[in-house]
Amino acid sequence: MLCQSCQEEEATMHLTKIINNQKKEIYLCKKCAQEKGELAFSAPSFSFNNLLAGLLNNEFTSKSTGSSLGLGYQEQKECENCGLNYKEFSNSGRLGCNECYLEFGNWTERLLKKIHGSNRHNGKVPQRTGGLIKVKKEIQDLRKQMQAAVEKEKFEEAAKLRDKIKELEAELE
Amino acid sequence: MSLTSKINNTLNKWMRGAGPDSDVVISSRIRLARNIMGIPFPKSADSEDSKHVVEKVKDVLSDGDNEYGLKLLELETIPALEREVMVEKHLISPEHAQAGENKAVSLTDDESISIMINEEDHIRIQTLLSGLQLNEAWEINNKVDDYLESQLNFAFDERYGYLTACPTNAGTGMRASVMLHLPALNLTKRINDVLGAISQLGLAVRGLYGEGSEALGNLYQVSNQVTLGATEEEIIDNLQGVINQIIEQERSAREALLKENELKLEDRIYRAYGILSYARQISTKEAMKLISDVRLGIDLEIIENVSANILNQLVILISPAALQKLAEKELTSTQRDQKRAELIRSRISEN
Repeated sequence: MLCQSCQEEEATMHLTKIINNQKKEIYLCKKCAQEKGELAFSAPSFSFNNLLAGLLNNEFTSKSTGSSLGLGYQEQKECENCGLNYKEFSNSGRLGCNECYLEFGNWTERLLKKIHGSNRHNGKVPQRTGGLIKVKKEIQDLRKQMQAAVEKEKFEEAAKLRDKIKELEAELE
Repeated sequence: MSLTSKINNTLNKWMRGAGPDSDVVISSRIRLARNIMGIPFPKSADSEDSKHVVEKVKDVLSDGDNEYGLKLLELETIPALEREVMVEKHLISPEHAQAGENKAVSLTDDESISIMINEEDHIRIQTLLSGLQLNEAWEINNKVDDYLESQLNFAFDERYGYLTACPTNAGTGMRASVMLHLPALNLTKRINDVLGAISQLGLAVRGLYGEGSEALGNLYQVSNQVTLGATEEEIIDNLQGVINQIIEQERSAREALLKENELKLEDRIYRAYGILSYARQISTKEAMKLISDVRLGIDLEIIENVSANILNQLVILISPAALQKLAEKELTSTQRDQKRAELIRSRISEN
């Protein structure tokens, strides 16, 4: 049997449609079926990337986020380091470089949270970065202590803390 | 070269060894994803960038401190068939085997450690051990990571951890996975309950060759999905806890099968053994199914004259590329079915 649509190819698809109790039989070749969208089986494969892209798209079209930036802005946003833009990311589900994480900071935060249920790393820290992070944390703590000392008018103690902070900051450089 | 020595060349450590809980757990694997700070991830990198990554890793590995004996090989210099064998042995991913410019792999002699360079991330370090040895594999992988990190500046962020091309790997960059042989859970039709429960716990289940592959020969891979938020040790503990449960379930299902219908089970196992011992041609699918039955027979001590890790070995050896490598030529599918049957017969009668 020939395809009912193009009348050229052999019909390989036999569709039975029942709409409002009206039965309709259609015979199509594969190509016509695809063109007419009758071939649900050959829909583009549903991959992990589609899912990830779904997360992203939902993020920016959903009303609940109330983003004042709007979709247009996000789509134009581009990583200054590698040139990846939002659209490319949402299509591939992959980031372009380590800078992308910071360039697209706002949604990286939310995306990671959606994927992992958390967006704060608690695991291994590279030793070289590890040293720096430790010092940074220490400086933060000392600053708080200094503030507290100033509030209590313990200026001598505050001065000591200030000197220590300076030492540590020199270490960072 | 004799067939035996050729086979031994094809086999690596985890296939020969029998680690803890090897009646259910075939192998344990830890993989870490790492990238070099400032260089775009492989998909976005230009050829100069990618070359730079290969050079950097090469420099580190050629350093005198390379206690692992890791050697770097550019994939383009490796014949396609060899690359396929690497996939079948789980040393590289199918995507990586397609080679291309500036893609490389680094292996130890025993193939327990492998590093993929310029796959989805700049560097992926993998340790593969036999049986249930997640902590051991992590320890080894962690050390290799320390060693690379001592000379490479990895992309890392205080908040998000190790930065990876795909956000699903960010944080620890770690994927821990275990390959399980679960014939009794399958026979007792309880496998879907177990697998369903696993996926509710933030773990993923896959077939033998990763994403989207079929669970041939009752082999299942279970791995963590979440890589950010928990420490590496917590991720491993979580996986290990679940795996211990599955091992118990599988063992009790085996006991139940023996108790309820020993004759039927014995019949099934001996039939499988019979076919494998005498078949003249066999497809991968059929072979995998029968090997699984025989392996179950060995673990239940129904079959005693065949060595236990026959499944580990044959699963790899009968894969299309490995077969052709043994034959030292390309084979048609019919020829492969014949070679496969031949190989299985000789391996089974050897013991």
